[in-house]
Amino acid sequence: MQWHFDDELKRLKEMILRMGAMVEEQIANSVKALVERDVDLARQTIANDHRVNAMDVEIDETCIRLLALYQPAARDLRFITTAMKITTDLERMSDLSEDISERAIELAGEPPLKPYIDLPRMAGHAQRMVKEALDAFVNQDAQLARRVCGDDQMIDDLTDQIFRELLSYMMADPATVTRAIRLSFIAKYLERIGDHATNVAEMVVYLVEGKLIRHTQA
Amino acid sequence: MNSDTQKGFRVEDLKAYFGKVEALHGISMAIPFQQVTAIIGPSGCGKSTFVRCLNRMHEVTPETKVTGVCLWQGWDLYGPAVDPVEVRRRIGMVFQKANPFPMMSIYDNVVAGLKLMGVRNKQKLAQTAEQSLLRAALWDEVKDKLGQPGTSLSGGQQQRLCIARALAVEPEVLLLDEPTSALDPIAARKVEELIYDLKQSYTIVIVTHNMQQAARVSDRTAFFLLGELIEYDKTALIFTNPREKRTEDYITGRFG
Amino acid sequence: MNRYIALKKRAINRLAQGLCLLALLASIVPLVTILLDALARGGSALSLAFLTELPRPVGESGGGMANAIVGSGILVALASVVGLPLGIFGGIYLAEFGAHRFGHFIRFLADVLSGIPSIVNGIFAYTLLVLPFRHFSATAGGFALGLMMIPTVARTTEELILRVPTTLREGALALGIPYWKMVLRVVVRSVRGGILTGILLAIARIMGETAPLLFTSFGNPFWSFNVFEPISALPLQIFNYALSPFDEWHAQAWAGALVLITIVLGLNLVSRLIMRFSK
Repeated sequence: MQWHFDDELKRLKEMILRMGAMVEEQIANSVKALVERDVDLARQTIANDHRVNAMDVEIDETCIRLLALYQPAARDLRFITTAMKITTDLERMSDLSEDISERAIELAGEPPLKPYIDLPRMAGHAQRMVKEALDAFVNQDAQLARRVCGDDQMIDDLTDQIFRELLSYMMADPATVTRAIRLSFIAKYLERIGDHATNVAEMVVYLVEGKLIRHTQA
Repeated sequence: MNSDTQKGFRVEDLKAYFGKVEALHGISMAIPFQQVTAIIGPSGCGKSTFVRCLNRMHEVTPETKVTGVCLWQGWDLYGPAVDPVEVRRRIGMVFQKANPFPMMSIYDNVVAGLKLMGVRNKQKLAQTAEQSLLRAALWDEVKDKLGQPGTSLSGGQQQRLCIARALAVEPEVLLLDEPTSALDPIAARKVEELIYDLKQSYTIVIVTHNMQQAARVSDRTAFFLLGELIEYDKTALIFTNPREKRTEDYITGRFG
Repeated sequence: MNRYIALKKRAINRLAQGLCLLALLASIVPLVTILLDALARGGSALSLAFLTELPRPVGESGGGMANAIVGSGILVALASVVGLPLGIFGGIYLAEFGAHRFGHFIRFLADVLSGIPSIVNGIFAYTLLVLPFRHFSATAGGFALGLMMIPTVARTTEELILRVPTTLREGALALGIPYWKMVLRVVVRSVRGGILTGILLAIARIMGETAPLLFTSFGNPFWSFNVFEPISALPLQIFNYALSPFDEWHAQAWAGALVLITIVLGLNLVSRLIMRFSK
């Protein structure tokens, strides 16, 4: 029996994946703008944020409509409520990419402090986490989701590493302080992106297992 | 929505009476062509009465009266030269309790309307029967037992048989008066899916006391209360953000 | 204490059951007695000849009631010509339009008609159809019997139609057919089993009527297929033979009674079977 509600759910999934792809691109572009000192790319990334926001609103409205019209239960209900929470995290990730881009524009005006190795690596991790969290959501794969939660540790470690390194730069030479602080902000933003990706993964576990593992050890 | 005002139903200041009692207090609304419009409201709000005015069944009850304008595709249903029989052929109805004709087989039930209209051609009858049963999503279940009595089917199947019977006379509209309230949830869902498919070819008006059903199935929803039309809008809007407090109270179950 | 009350209740139950059974048996006893009596007294005269031969003139032995049996059949057919259309359509009228004062009046008249003594029906038919033509005839007899059929058939039809649920009527009307078609071809059709039963029961009743035939169809010792001539009928023949002084004719009268009872019982059985199979 072809139930047209399933069509609606499929469309919702596609919308979320599209939003996820956009966000992944935002993250990648913001760090690329930093590394390549590409001010135009950074500005473009900032401008793109409103597209992500528009998708957030569209998905939310769709979810509310589906809840009102179809009174879903059990897994369908968890799917839709999870979708609403996930888009919030995705939208925050795009905002953070916007912040990274702004720091990138500021840093582009000064000579680079050091070769950027760890930050791009962090960005790569974060991107991967977002992608895997969304894959876990679409395929309802709790195992994958739990792995993503574990990966957050890597980002946290990299953040600590970057802080210590930048600290040593700042202690050695006061002229590096503005740049170092800006870079540490960027590290913080990437760490927050990782946290949001973890949130998404935790919500996927709730969707699949019906257990809320937020705010607890995964 | 109102781009072509000739299409669909146009009702203006429709009043219906049972004897001296005014049951509908001047209803005005436009029901769009080939969409599903749901009528919801508490018992006794006049929703069944309203729908029965649309195919001139209200006047079958003795001592009843209808005033006001009721147009279908620009055709005045209550015009002086209009035969109610013709109205009822073009605007079909399915009732709450499935009512297959008791002494007829499944096949005879489906073609009953045609036969009573004088159609004798066996081929045309058989063709129409198969088409109607297909459209009612019942063909596969009964194609091998067309000769069995209509009453031998389950409740949900009987209701779909009644839908097939209504479709056989090739109406333009299907009025459904609480079609699933006597059915179990699975049979009800089958009928709902059927309604969703039928709106490709028919204008459908469904009266239901089950709000969730109205939400699932319809494009527009009208809320009736004590013989008045309180609110009428797109279903998504009615169920997410209705304008009238009375509508919201009813939908959230805070009524009474 | 409770056990005593329970036992007492059960005893009263049993007593009541027993009394009801006795009453039932008491009501069956006359029927059984009649049947056994008829068998005993008429069994000897019952034979194939009895069923196929004409009655013999006075003095001769043998013969049968073939013409009476056929005559009864013809009379029933004639009665149906009057009784069925008027009865069925009268019943339809009462059911569909009988809610007004005029309808109540018609219904009252039908009840009165059913209460008229059968001999009065006969006299009426005599005045109407025998006197003007100076001729006894099967038509007159059929007419008298038909008058008796009307109220039974009409009331049965009316009650059956009234019991047809509104959902059926509305379902038919909603298909877009005229009111009269709905009534005749859907409503009446749905209760045709019951109407047939009513007709059979009405026939069973009039088959046994003697009084209205006394001065209408009068009786006929020969075969008669002309409806304007007098005709024989089973109850008439039984009546005549019973009043005669001949023992053989008495036996034949009992045999005729047996045949009549069988026919009536048969009609009742058939009508029951129809009711069972039309469900």
